[in-house]
Amino acid sequence: MVTAVTNLGRSGLSDWLTQRVTAVIMLAYIIFIASVVVGGVEYTEWKALFSQTWVRVFSLATFLSIGMHGWIGLWAVSTDYLVPHVLRIKAGEAVASQANLLRWVFQAASAIVLFTYVVWGIQILWG
Amino acid sequence: MTTIRTISFDGVIVGGGGAGMRAALQLSQSGYKTAVISKVFPTRSHTVSAQGGITCAIASADPNDDWRWHMYDTVKGSDYIGDQDAIEYMCSVGPEAIFELDHMGLPFSRTEEGRIYQRPFGGQSKNFGEGGQAARTCAAADRTGHALLHTLYQGNMKNNTVFFNEWYATDLIKNQDGAITGVIAICIETGEVVHVKSKATVLATGGAGRIYASTTNAHINTGDGVGMALRAGVPVQDIEMWQFHPTGIAGAGVLVTEGCRGEGGYLVNKDGERFMERYAPNAKDLAGRDVVARSMTLEILEGRGCGPEGDHVFLKLDHLGEEVLESRLPGICELSRTFAHADPVKEPVPVVPTCHYMMGGIPTNVDGQAITVDADGNDQVIPGLYACGEVACVSVHGANRLGGNSLLDLVVFGRSAGLHIEKSLREGVDLKDATDDEIAKAASRLTNLNNTSGGESVAELRKELQTIMQNHFGVFRRGDYMQEGIKKLAELRPRIENAYLEDKSNAYNTARIEALELHNLFEVAEATAIAAEERKESRGAHAREDFEDRDDENWLCHSMYFPGEKRIGKRSVNFEPKTVDTFEPKVRTY
Amino acid sequence: MLKVSIYRYNPETDAEPYMQDLEVDTGGKDLMVLDVLELIKAKDTTVVYRRSCREGVCGSDGMNINGKNGLACIIPLSEALSGSSKLVLRPLPGLPVIRDLIVDMSMFYKQYEKVKPYLINNTPAPAIERLQSPEEREKLDGLYECILCACCSTACPSFWWNPERFIGPSGLLQAYRFLADSRDTATEQRLAELDDPFSVFRCHGIQNCVNVCPKGLNPTKAIGHIRNMLLTSAT
Repeated sequence: MVTAVTNLGRSGLSDWLTQRVTAVIMLAYIIFIASVVVGGVEYTEWKALFSQTWVRVFSLATFLSIGMHGWIGLWAVSTDYLVPHVLRIKAGEAVASQANLLRWVFQAASAIVLFTYVVWGIQILWG
Repeated sequence: MTTIRTISFDGVIVGGGGAGMRAALQLSQSGYKTAVISKVFPTRSHTVSAQGGITCAIASADPNDDWRWHMYDTVKGSDYIGDQDAIEYMCSVGPEAIFELDHMGLPFSRTEEGRIYQRPFGGQSKNFGEGGQAARTCAAADRTGHALLHTLYQGNMKNNTVFFNEWYATDLIKNQDGAITGVIAICIETGEVVHVKSKATVLATGGAGRIYASTTNAHINTGDGVGMALRAGVPVQDIEMWQFHPTGIAGAGVLVTEGCRGEGGYLVNKDGERFMERYAPNAKDLAGRDVVARSMTLEILEGRGCGPEGDHVFLKLDHLGEEVLESRLPGICELSRTFAHADPVKEPVPVVPTCHYMMGGIPTNVDGQAITVDADGNDQVIPGLYACGEVACVSVHGANRLGGNSLLDLVVFGRSAGLHIEKSLREGVDLKDATDDEIAKAASRLTNLNNTSGGESVAELRKELQTIMQNHFGVFRRGDYMQEGIKKLAELRPRIENAYLEDKSNAYNTARIEALELHNLFEVAEATAIAAEERKESRGAHAREDFEDRDDENWLCHSMYFPGEKRIGKRSVNFEPKTVDTFEPKVRTY
Repeated sequence: MLKVSIYRYNPETDAEPYMQDLEVDTGGKDLMVLDVLELIKAKDTTVVYRRSCREGVCGSDGMNINGKNGLACIIPLSEALSGSSKLVLRPLPGLPVIRDLIVDMSMFYKQYEKVKPYLINNTPAPAIERLQSPEEREKLDGLYECILCACCSTACPSFWWNPERFIGPSGLLQAYRFLADSRDTATEQRLAELDDPFSVFRCHGIQNCVNVCPKGLNPTKAIGHIRNMLLTSAT
């Protein structure tokens, strides 16, 4: 069992499930929005739509899904590629020796971006 | 010589095949510090190639099966020079050893009752030859050796055996009392040479089929244990007895299991005749391997062989149907398609007798202790040295091994060697340490090889050796031919001893290993040649054109080859089983 | 004459690996790739590779042949070349090279050991074998046949990136072999040890393993089974 890494304490299974559930939510949201937009939508209709609670909750669920899905995906990408033995081949020893720092910076940046996005979304919905 | 690093163990096993790992497992389970030295990662040992199964009276296919019937078959199969106390031990302890393997996880095929599946194999009968063909060979499809070897490796992993994988033992270390105190070994990856010191040294190095040009054996079967033993002055027994397996794929040498015939396949000549009905009216294609191999060779020699050159016969399987072939013999279908370009579901497989197994080897008792014979003809245990598996000659196979008995041999006697070492260690083993000179002496072959500055190519010398053995010591043998072969070998010895090691590098130098292996191949070949010429009779696998009959008056005994004088002595066969009556020699027909 | 290009590297003499071009006389025969190597070795003893059974059951001679991982002893030239005029031999990708075609497989073996590839059953054993129905036994088909050649794991990018943490297709196939064995009683413990973000879940189902397995096994399917077992045990 690999325990030397932190993924906010979640298990591989919960990550895997979360990614799939959030993907379904995002897909459903895309279909929902697309169907609204394709039909042609005026500002007033759009505003009316978003004044309904269920639409706001659905949107919120989607923002949170993007946050979680994005985090799990980016975290996986960073732990695949931003590791010493991969960087050594792709970018040389100097970069490889800073792999841990690079990965941490990348993860922190990802987390900040995703967090900001979620907070911003909430502000738009309820602001 | 600069001093080399010493590593110490309670028991060191040379060879990571079935026998070695079974012995190691026994020792590790009892908590002794055990090491296995294997020149390949253990699951790449030749046991992995065993296909059809492991013969043992576990009474699954036939609830009334009896280990005594199996014993009778084995004694008869050996042409009466198998030791009856050893065969008794193997057949009676066998079931326990098989059940242990199941408990360890070996994925045996199953019957509807949930028991281990058993298939018919050659030479197996019910009721002391009176009750017809027996199905006694326990199988994991046609990958029994693979399943067995992996299970044993896994068992050792569970019990923390120390593995020196891709290390190669070069020579035994003998102290002033003639006891074996360890081995010299080389790490193939780094080239480091170490002294491995041990209270018990087990040779489990397998066979040496590579002395022949055409063999079912892996490249690694180079008789390393026999070579090491002979150089240390240990004699070998019945080394002239080489089994030619009836069904090696023509041209490729790859084995197709006897289980094919067990499941109902049969051999045909160019006229489509099922010729074994002529040679063995009762057992037909499931007669002893020596009988079938000789019959095939006769068919080919008499012009009834198949193919444009008439140099093989066909193994017919297509009548069994795709379902049986794919479920019972999936590996065979794969091998045949790859190496014979023949799909057994549709067409017959071209086969030819191919060197397969070394019945002879280092003489041991049932506890795996290596034995020599003193001046008065009495057995003497060699302190510190054990052997088990194909390299050993307990002897349970005598002049001809029955199919499925090799896997049983290696688990039963690997286990018994382990048990005996365990007991001796508990009682205390006291061997004098080898001196620096004695260690240097054991390392001298390696040192000399590393200092060669000229000589012939290993690959070419090996080819020459294999050709001599193939031509002069094959399925049929003749005195004058063999004498010529012995002469050729004598000329070859100095050339092989001085073979050139061009590449002196340390990192994974396989050229060095192949040169050392060639020395061992030669030792086995020479012993085989001298013993074969000396045994002036036909018995089991040893078939002479100039002495066509079995000669119980002079040769109902083991041959012993003593390396110092290159002399053949005789050692009596054991006819005294402990719990059953002696099986008296009879004319052997199938 | 067959054109052959071999990856060469001897740590004692070469600063860097290089490709060596050779010509080999095959006598026009459709030899196995291993036979070609044996012909080369007979002339140049410094070329090194692993080999043992030469019939595809020991798993020694896994290597990268014209871009695809496989066993040299059971791949005939006609298949290896498939249109190309040159045989290109490289070591298995993703593992450290010791010399020429020989890679250091310790990382691969470590992952195998991690899954505890042995039967665990602490209930007292019967005097005979533990009974198992043919249907229960059938579940092990396609799993126990693995020969540990490492062709699959070294064809898997997830294993290249995380050889220390992702068990890889071969190890996972063996993990499932014991999960699926009716005689094994350690299912819960085995599953608990696999439920981290790396061991199993770095498999993204690209099936390179299935594509290269010389024994025709399907590790991706086994991994799917493990995931389902994890799901079932969590709910």
